[in-house]
Amino acid sequence: MVNRQERALREIIIEPVAQWGFIDLRELYDYRDLVFFMIWRSIKVAYAQSIGGIAWAIIQPAVQILVFSLVFGSLLGVQAEGIPYPLITTVAVIVWSYMSSSLSSASGSLVTNAGMLAKIYFPRIIFLVTPAVGGLLGFAISMGLMITVLVYYQVTLTLQILYLPGLLLLMFIAPLGFSLWLASLAIRFRDVRIVMTYFMRLLIYAVPVMYPSSYISDEIRPFYIINPFVGIIEGFQSCILGLPMMWDSLLVSIVVSTILLLTGAVYFRRMERVIVDVI
Amino acid sequence: MTKALTVENVSKLYRIGSADDLVSSNDNVILRTLKRPWANFRKYRSLYRFTPDELEGTSVSQDLFWALRDVSFSVDAGEVIGLVGVNGAGKSTLLKIVSRITPPTRGRCVLRGRVSCLLEVGTGFHPELSGRENVYMNSTILGMRKREVDAKFDEIVEFAGIGKFIDTPIKRYSSGMSVRLAFAVMAHLDPELLVVDEVLAVGDAEFQRKCLNTMSNVGKQGKTVLFVSHNMAAVTRLCTRGLLLHEGRIVMDATAAEVVHQHLTTGGNDIASRDWPDMSAAPGDDSVRLRAIRVVSTVGTPAGTIRVGDRIGLQITFDVLEPGHVLSPYFTVVSESGLDLFSTADSDKSVDEHTREPGRYICTAWIPADLLAEGNHFVRVVMRSMKKKYRPFIERDVIAFHVVDSVGRIGDSWWEGRPSGVIRPILKWSTEYVPSDMVIEG
Repeated sequence: MVNRQERALREIIIEPVAQWGFIDLRELYDYRDLVFFMIWRSIKVAYAQSIGGIAWAIIQPAVQILVFSLVFGSLLGVQAEGIPYPLITTVAVIVWSYMSSSLSSASGSLVTNAGMLAKIYFPRIIFLVTPAVGGLLGFAISMGLMITVLVYYQVTLTLQILYLPGLLLLMFIAPLGFSLWLASLAIRFRDVRIVMTYFMRLLIYAVPVMYPSSYISDEIRPFYIINPFVGIIEGFQSCILGLPMMWDSLLVSIVVSTILLLTGAVYFRRMERVIVDVI
Repeated sequence: MTKALTVENVSKLYRIGSADDLVSSNDNVILRTLKRPWANFRKYRSLYRFTPDELEGTSVSQDLFWALRDVSFSVDAGEVIGLVGVNGAGKSTLLKIVSRITPPTRGRCVLRGRVSCLLEVGTGFHPELSGRENVYMNSTILGMRKREVDAKFDEIVEFAGIGKFIDTPIKRYSSGMSVRLAFAVMAHLDPELLVVDEVLAVGDAEFQRKCLNTMSNVGKQGKTVLFVSHNMAAVTRLCTRGLLLHEGRIVMDATAAEVVHQHLTTGGNDIASRDWPDMSAAPGDDSVRLRAIRVVSTVGTPAGTIRVGDRIGLQITFDVLEPGHVLSPYFTVVSESGLDLFSTADSDKSVDEHTREPGRYICTAWIPADLLAEGNHFVRVVMRSMKKKYRPFIERDVIAFHVVDSVGRIGDSWWEGRPSGVIRPILKWSTEYVPSDMVIEG
């Protein structure tokens, strides 16, 4: 009850739109139970009254991997430097599925929840954190699929697997950084939402999911790797399959993602209080 | 003593959407189309940005709207404040600022402790989740911690009367059940400041009574309540203090009864009549819908204020949609303190025997002059279906009227102020005089 007392005494000052500041992490921590229930809700609702339930988290990427392997691996004969095509694409599809779904649902989350925004106050960033954290569950489940494929192809892990935690963190913050910008833009300019729906479908061609990144020529590569998702997918492929690490794209990805996250947090902080007036 | 809430010079400026310029034939349509995205960008960007001129009020722009202007007041812990005013007076904006949904344009508020704001019953309820999950969801949205909910969970379920349905998805609940559950959550919140907007507009009579009781208990526990309602009877009964808002400013800060009185007398016809222009939103069902209810004066015009010496008409307009129903409306007049004064239905027995043809019916009941005492009166209207023994609609405190004592009647000779009592009939007195020497003792 000590905590309760402290909170009761806490003074809240409500003032006109704050000057530039950073996301209030302490407040977010105070609402951690809400984050938990929001995630619970989104998972429960996503699979409510479906026969497959959470199994869909495996079926969707599995079908995608199968189709890509048939079309690109077998029919078109895409070569991946001696590595079986299904291996390259399995890692890429699973990582990309998480990032694309986090990006599309987090960036649209404010518009989707506009009704709730106008009725109650809690830290708005919870709307963005929910799909980003909630998606990790599906990702963890589909990791089972990845392990199955790895075992099937008798892949032996190298010491590079130690990069995995860092890559997971990067995989989490890159889409979140974009979403911080896009979510508050999307609620003011609905164009963002319209663009996002087909942009997400096109974006898969700009990352090495269907093809290995060795197909990108050296002249184009500097532009190609500006997209932070490229470095992350290449990083996962190298780390898990023991390919040489692509440091150029990974470093760009770290820098771009961090900048997006930090500037996004500041921008979101400024916008979160006025968005109700512009819904 | 520290204040529970201090509001200092709070103003809120909105930019209301100005109409797009019409394309005139002289304009270069192609150029305009090309410029359009830029114009749109500036328009949407300017929704929350204001120039210093606009903020100082020196630039008079058509599309600016001050929802609140220099509102200041402070509230002690334990006060139950009723915010009263006509639509658009700024009540809801004020609540939204206090509950941190929208920031003020100028000024500031300081509050201590936890704020629970109920602008809606059951925010965050999801039909696919079970009652249990929704309780946790809704409570944490309102700022409670999980272990606080754990501790109160059984109480909440019992209060809601949900029992064994607690693990059923609420999409299978009746609407009454989910409202009860949402309300039970609210009743077990433990905020220092409770902000409530018109939640009484939903739910049945029992729910509304529970709601009022809970809010008055919150006040008695030393917690502060900020309450907005168009239900003047509820404001009078519940609040210890009232604030009357008009065009974004506080025009009166007094006891709830005084503020309600002022509102009803200046608000005029606004409160004395209500219409439901949209058939689907009107109270009732497929057989009959309530379309209008008003207080009319002797000459038949809507009137919020009526003199003691005039008769008062209560008029109901309803549409019968299906043939074959025996329908009989009745009114109950309720005093300021919530006492039912009397009920009245058409005394013509044929009404209770014959079915009504589809069409519009307008009935007026006349309350005789010199019956009701001075004060605010609220009207409940009920429609009964005599054959099927059910009530298609019950609207409580749907309209109100104010009775004033006119000059030259009883009020004048009443040296101790207003005569007490809820009715004030003019009675015929008879007096017998017996001279003292004629009085026979024994």
